[in-house]
Amino acid sequence: MFYRESGDFSTTYPQDSQTFPIRFDRYRYYVVLAVAFLVIPFIINDYWANAVFVPFLIYAIAAIGLNILTGYCGQVSLGTGAFMAVGAYSCYKLMTAFPDVSIVIHVLLSGGITAAVVTLFGLPSLRIKGFYLAVATLAAQFFLVWLFNKVGWFYNYSASGQISAPERSVLGIIVTGPNTEAWAKYLICLVFVTLCAIIARNLTRGSVGRRWMAIRDMDIAAEIIGVNPMGAKLTAFMVSGFFVGIAGALFFSVYLGAAEVGESFGIDKSFLVLFMIIIGGLGSIFGSFAGAAFMVLLPVFLKNVFVGGLGWPTDLAAHLQFIVSGGLIIMFLIMEPHGLAQLWRLAKEKLRLWPFPH
Amino acid sequence: MRLLTMATAAVMAASPVMADLVFPSLSYRTGPYAANGIPFADGYEDYFTLLNERDGGIGGVAVKVIECETGYNTEKGVECYEATKGEGALVYQPLSTGITYQLIPKATADGIPVHSMGYGRTSAKNGAVFSNIFNYPANYWDGASHAVNHILDENGGDISGKKIALVYHNSAYGKEPIRTLSELSGKHGFELMEVAVDHPGQEQKSQWLQIRQQRPDYVLMWGWGVMNQVAIQEAANIRFPMDKFIGIWWSGSENDVLPAGDGANGYKALTFHNLGKDYPLFDDLQQYVVDAGKAAGAGDQIGTALYNRGMYAAMLAAEAAKTAQAIHGTADITPAMMRDGMEALEITEAKMSELGLPGFGPEFTVSCENHGGNGLGAVAQWDAAAGEWNLITGYEASDQDVIGALVDEDSAAFAAENSITPSCS
Amino acid sequence: MPDQFLFAMEVILNGLMAGVLYALVALGFVLIYKASGIFNYAQGVMALFAALTLVGIMEGQVPFSHLINAIFGTDIHHFGWHVPALLAIAMTMVVMVGLAWAVQKFIFRHLVNQEPILLFMATIGLAFVMEGIGDIMWGAEIKKLDIGLPQGINDWIDVTTFEAFGYGFFIDNLDISATIVAVILVGVLIAFSQYTKQGRALRAVADDHQAALSVGISLNFIWILVWSIAGFVALVAGIMWGAKSGVQFSLSLIALKALPVLMLGGFTSIPGAIVGGLIIGVGEKLFEFLIGPMVGGATENWFAYVLALIFLVFRPQGLFGEKIIERV
Repeated sequence: MFYRESGDFSTTYPQDSQTFPIRFDRYRYYVVLAVAFLVIPFIINDYWANAVFVPFLIYAIAAIGLNILTGYCGQVSLGTGAFMAVGAYSCYKLMTAFPDVSIVIHVLLSGGITAAVVTLFGLPSLRIKGFYLAVATLAAQFFLVWLFNKVGWFYNYSASGQISAPERSVLGIIVTGPNTEAWAKYLICLVFVTLCAIIARNLTRGSVGRRWMAIRDMDIAAEIIGVNPMGAKLTAFMVSGFFVGIAGALFFSVYLGAAEVGESFGIDKSFLVLFMIIIGGLGSIFGSFAGAAFMVLLPVFLKNVFVGGLGWPTDLAAHLQFIVSGGLIIMFLIMEPHGLAQLWRLAKEKLRLWPFPH
Repeated sequence: MRLLTMATAAVMAASPVMADLVFPSLSYRTGPYAANGIPFADGYEDYFTLLNERDGGIGGVAVKVIECETGYNTEKGVECYEATKGEGALVYQPLSTGITYQLIPKATADGIPVHSMGYGRTSAKNGAVFSNIFNYPANYWDGASHAVNHILDENGGDISGKKIALVYHNSAYGKEPIRTLSELSGKHGFELMEVAVDHPGQEQKSQWLQIRQQRPDYVLMWGWGVMNQVAIQEAANIRFPMDKFIGIWWSGSENDVLPAGDGANGYKALTFHNLGKDYPLFDDLQQYVVDAGKAAGAGDQIGTALYNRGMYAAMLAAEAAKTAQAIHGTADITPAMMRDGMEALEITEAKMSELGLPGFGPEFTVSCENHGGNGLGAVAQWDAAAGEWNLITGYEASDQDVIGALVDEDSAAFAAENSITPSCS
Repeated sequence: MPDQFLFAMEVILNGLMAGVLYALVALGFVLIYKASGIFNYAQGVMALFAALTLVGIMEGQVPFSHLINAIFGTDIHHFGWHVPALLAIAMTMVVMVGLAWAVQKFIFRHLVNQEPILLFMATIGLAFVMEGIGDIMWGAEIKKLDIGLPQGINDWIDVTTFEAFGYGFFIDNLDISATIVAVILVGVLIAFSQYTKQGRALRAVADDHQAALSVGISLNFIWILVWSIAGFVALVAGIMWGAKSGVQFSLSLIALKALPVLMLGGFTSIPGAIVGGLIIGVGEKLFEFLIGPMVGGATENWFAYVLALIFLVFRPQGLFGEKIIERV
């Protein structure tokens, strides 16, 4: 009843090919945007911003990036953590070298630098496939982490090798550094997320996205029908790198404020983002958001239930948290291998007919 | 909505007029470093439990310890900080290097003091720049100097031409002593050999072969987690003389030496507090906490190096709170008052004896210019047969000529990067 | 002979020994991948779990004591007995077989015919679960594992080489035992797969699932069998690594040491795992020895991967992997 196509007539081609051709979808999208931009900033506090919303939004960008590579183009990457580090360290170097330039430009440039680095590490994908490629991306993971740790130039030769974000503002509002208001952190991330999601959505709907998917489904077949595998794979690496780089830059500058490469951008991060897109759904922008929300909220939720609600010792709760999240992941994979996005699709199918299914 | 208001009102009514003194404990009882996190967290909590049970808190106000599990993970640490700071947290012990660096700007902005005892950012010693960060009684650069001083003592004050190897965890933490050691090597004329071990340090064969081939006279270690156990085992394997192998305080717990068994006998580690449980305070601890069934852990950790360190941290926090109460004339202190108390903290032998911990730690005073105490430290040696650490030196001073300059330089760089004007008002 | 050359020889020898230890971990991966197409990330955690269980049984620890104490307010820790090493190993094996059965029954039976990446993810989920259970069951402190293997420098080699070259080589006794155990283990595995009925069935399944099914081989049984064998390999790896560092959480990270070995040797080849292990072991140690000091050391982690990557560019299926045939 709520979700229906009947009565939705397209009279022009642009109307037909818009992002959300169905009216209900469109309105839902506007409502979500309105709540995100106009309601949440006024009620958000430090805890919700730092523990939930900011990490969620940033991981959503990283997940979109990885989803383009893995979900749309079929190239499994385990180097996301290190690629985020590239974004973070570029952002740090740019912020300290050009303090007068806007942080927004720095973040975008960091995305660009990361895109270049990721494309470089994507070159072996032309020859190596499947799990071999996944493990090969681990070479990038370990090498980059080592490099950022060893070369003093990357952390401006500080005694400890930590990088910390100086205070920067956008339009007079402080967005990095310790004096940032919760809503400012949230809004800057939200703006980037919205832009990234719109770009990603449109890229994947267009000819580039179709090429990626052709490569994913079977690269030899795609080559035969005229898709250039090198071009398609490398653009996927590049676009993915751009998003992951932005995520890394925001992760460091807005969310953490200080970071050390081995601790913040280790291999755990690579797995975490991979989890997000698998739980959320491969090859779906919505899935990237859903997966990021799931993986960010789950530990916070479990912790608050076990420790806050039931009053268990923190260590026991943490162990159980491991078991429960591992178990939930397995359960998800068994019950819905296509992720939360598939659940959403099924729900939409149901809603179309509801309440009169035949 | 009405329900929510009622609930809020009920909570407001239920809470006592005088709030508790809140000491959050960001512990890590899980994850790769759990074995080290458990005794520290137990010691920290047990001391406050003792104060509550025996003295009714600090200055008559009950102490509340809120434990939050970080798993040594920076992001979880951030979540813990945000979750606990609203409860009126007086001082944070972040425990991991990553979380410490996180909290340095955040806690300063929120006006909550941070005590990174023997870890974190060394140049936080300069209180003019790091107004809310304290790292008394000693820091890594002091530690590097203590180790070199100990070697100097053993060699009659002349170590020119000797070779000293530094085996370090390849991270921010492990790299801390390098600058100090290279300064000191210029001053005393020894040769410094740097041997990096990548995280986690499960496999160190090539590093120890290198040491075996190059034959350094001494080996210093800045290790953490599994790296410590493997390094001590490998050193025993190549028959490196254990009494010439000196670890920093984070490489000097029972966990690190026990797996190597007798091979670890004679291994030395630096420390800034005493070890064992031959102190009157431990009797009280047994009576009021352990026998009363209120111990934080299983009770089997009492007297271990890291348990004592956690307890020492709690003791310093409690003393700072007492100082703050005295300065401001109120028992119900705020984080800002706590900061003042920490900055005016003075630990004397008389004070420690009164607490039942005679000679437990070095004497030191804190001031605005000096948030790091006097930098005294001692050397402990492992006795494998008895299974205990013994202090083999007194608390001795570090080379402040070298360290002071480095602290000024690094804190000035931080101040410039973050546009802070150093001031002591 | 110049010192540098002797040092290099020593490094190479030790690299070979380290390679054997890597190969031990990699073997477990290969067995499971070959039989069921699952890339089992949990292999490292299995080694940790097996070693924890072994120590727990040997020391007579009460499983889940922490949980029991927290719920019932009791104070139990130990049964008060000590189990001899061999018996404890046998008992641990029973636990690992039980684990294999549970993994098959509750997880992978429901995931038959799914995409490889999903299976891989499921094993990561499994790794989480096992980490949690292992810690709750046996506690998070570091445990000393001592089943009587000699450790430390081998004097005979030291003295002999000193007399011959004027420089005594360092070889760890533990590495020598590990090599012997590994050789025996591989021998037993080969004998098992060549000469027993179950072994032949295993190879049939590895060759072609459906054909094996159609001649009446129970896939379910074979998969439990192969997970049990992998559990046994994990136990051996856990003992060898655990003897060095004590049994603790970080033991699970040895999986990361095995991945480059797998890439290099091919996911499907047992000889590949061994040769790959040796190449990686020697390669990374030699690189750390020769180039490491110039770039600041601690190169081993990434160099292993880069080395494997270079090999892969020339042979995308690994050294001994089956040739990848692609059809449209």
